[in-house]
Amino acid sequence: MEPMSTKILVTVKEVAEVDDEFEISGLDVDDRYLEYDLNEWDDYAVEEAVQLSEASDDVEVVTVTLGPERSEETIRMALAKGADRAVRVWDDALANAGLLDATTKADLLAAVVEAEEPDLVLTGVQAADDSFGATGVALAERVGFEWAAVVNDLDYDADANVSSVRRELEGGVEELTDVEGPAVLTIQTGINEPRYASLRGIRQAQRKPLDVHTLDDLGLDASVADSPVTLTSMYEPESESDAVVWEGSPDETADELATFLREQGVVEG
Amino acid sequence: MTVLAVTEHRRGKLRTPSFEIITAGRDLADALDAELHLAVIGGDVNGFADRLNRDGVDAIHTVAEGEEFNHDVYTQAITAMAEAHDPDALLMPNTVNGLDYAPAVAGALDLPLVTDAVDFDAEGTLEVTREQYGGKVETTVDVEADAFALTIRPAEWPVAEGTGDAEIAPFDVTIDESAVRSSVEGFEEVGSGDVDITEADVLVSVGRGIEEEENLPLVEGLADALGATLSSSRPIVDNGWLAKNRQVGQSGKVVTPDVYIAVGISGAVQHVAGMKGSDTIIAINTDPNAPIMDIADYAIVDDLFDVVPELIKQFGGQAPS
Ligand SMILES: Cc1cc2nc3c(=O)[nH]c(=O)nc-3n(C[C@H](O)[C@H](O)[C@H](O)COP(=O)(O)OP(=O)(O)OC[C@H]3O[C@@H](n4cnc5c(N)ncnc54)[C@H](O)[C@@H]3O)c2cc1C
Ligand SMILES: Nc1ncnc2c1ncn2[C@@H]1O[C@H](COP(=O)(O)O)[C@@H](O)[C@H]1O
Repeated sequence: MEPMSTKILVTVKEVAEVDDEFEISGLDVDDRYLEYDLNEWDDYAVEEAVQLSEASDDVEVVTVTLGPERSEETIRMALAKGADRAVRVWDDALANAGLLDATTKADLLAAVVEAEEPDLVLTGVQAADDSFGATGVALAERVGFEWAAVVNDLDYDADANVSSVRRELEGGVEELTDVEGPAVLTIQTGINEPRYASLRGIRQAQRKPLDVHTLDDLGLDASVADSPVTLTSMYEPESESDAVVWEGSPDETADELATFLREQGVVEG
Repeated sequence: MTVLAVTEHRRGKLRTPSFEIITAGRDLADALDAELHLAVIGGDVNGFADRLNRDGVDAIHTVAEGEEFNHDVYTQAITAMAEAHDPDALLMPNTVNGLDYAPAVAGALDLPLVTDAVDFDAEGTLEVTREQYGGKVETTVDVEADAFALTIRPAEWPVAEGTGDAEIAPFDVTIDESAVRSSVEGFEEVGSGDVDITEADVLVSVGRGIEEEENLPLVEGLADALGATLSSSRPIVDNGWLAKNRQVGQSGKVVTPDVYIAVGISGAVQHVAGMKGSDTIIAINTDPNAPIMDIADYAIVDDLFDVVPELIKQFGGQAPS
């Protein structure tokens, strides 16, 4: 019998990280103070998918990213780690929309799920920058897939299309759950050890397909970007800090801290 | 007008966010001139409802379906309840389980969703305060809609007190079993192993600022010199550099030592959830804007690789070379 082929779609976001010192201009941190990287949670999701594809024949791993051209560097990184091909969705209508909330992102990703018809979708638990923590489950609802949020262990039965997962709850408790496929799983950090891209992988990634789709290509109308949820301000939170900051060279500050700990009786001598 | 707030329990106990959501829900209901209704789904619904009947709650709807949380059941029950009571606002906790049904419920009801609110102002257009970039900035998002769904961050609102006179009644819903395509098979607790960081008086806690596993002995050296116990933030455990029983935070341990020294830890909300009850918090971090500074009592804004060796020297130890 022919082995059944399995398609895993991994959503991959390029996230911005903010420098220690920064300025806000308008509704975002000024671009001079931002560095872009593959979202930490998605790195684990890519690794999980690639490990599944390495463990059996006939598993295809496709990544999907909603993002501008700049994000192709990050997408190539996911390809270099072993994904087979990538889809990038972008459009002037999205660039002009400002904040893409989780519902909007789910609507957009749903069009890709409908086109690709994956057996399994892996997303990150959250994006490190805007941290809605909601896109994966919103996507599942949108496409009628089953789902599980905050998965830190996955045992995937491709024949039955059932995922036996551990959901990481609060306080060191894990919930063991079986999820019927097709499903969306939101992947938690620590589920595996993400690999570094090898030089060979990076070279190969250049030749892997990376298809770019506009809204029109996906059969979507520009109104998909309209949302009742809009970002109206960004600011540095008023510091709630009343910390005593010890100033000086490292030996001076270390001395202050040591003196404090001795005075508190935390350490002897 | 109605605000419907969903409560949470696990293994026979109501969880604290259930009582916080009453406070947040009452605030919202006052702003909207609405009634506050609670949803209690699964487990000992009547016992739970009695305990949740606090000041400010107008009605409690119970659905006695299953012992434990199942997101398919929650999604169906809340959707049906919302269709019957037509709430203007649906409040859900921004917990691990909350994030396992809130986006699905919002989707099913076609409600705009804002997650992880730390504050809101509902006089007029709803304005929600959230954090972005790991807590380095705050944002306001406006929601222009007649009805909306909101998840609220745990430990931001106080727990509701007092006794209420809510009307408690079962809500009649038939769960479509064929649409329940996930099943909870059990629970497991992460073992505590060789050390119990919750017992320590002094914790030296290491975060991603340490950069490499090879650098860990430096912080171990500090813990030794102080006679303290070593703990960490999540990435250190995710990387396999320390065992899971060393992790402080939402999914690790909640610790309350006399002194907590955070070395190269930013202070993400899930970390702070596990250590904010420490008596004295000391942060060593290069970033003066790191969120950990908001809860620190003392801080050294400097490179840990310069400060920690000096500290070890102060206590007569020797920094690993
Ligand atoms: C569902 C869920 C559950 C979670 N549970 C937990 C949990 O239980 N515990 C937990 O900790 N996290 C948890 N997290 C992860 C959390 O969101 C953060 O990602 C994590 O806490 C960050 O760890 P960190 O502070 O060590 O790393 P970072 O956020 O990367 O911070 C590193 C810090 O080190 C500083 N630094 C860098 N270099 C130096 C230097 N040379 N000297 C001094 N300082 C330096 C930086 O300024 C920065 O502030 C959870 C996340 C989710 C979504
Ligand atoms: N712009 C995007 N492109 C691709 N995937 C995304 C995007 N935004 C969010 N996701 C996915 O959804 C997860 C949760 O994101 P969020 O709900 O925004 O916190 C991320 O870890 C990604 O896997």
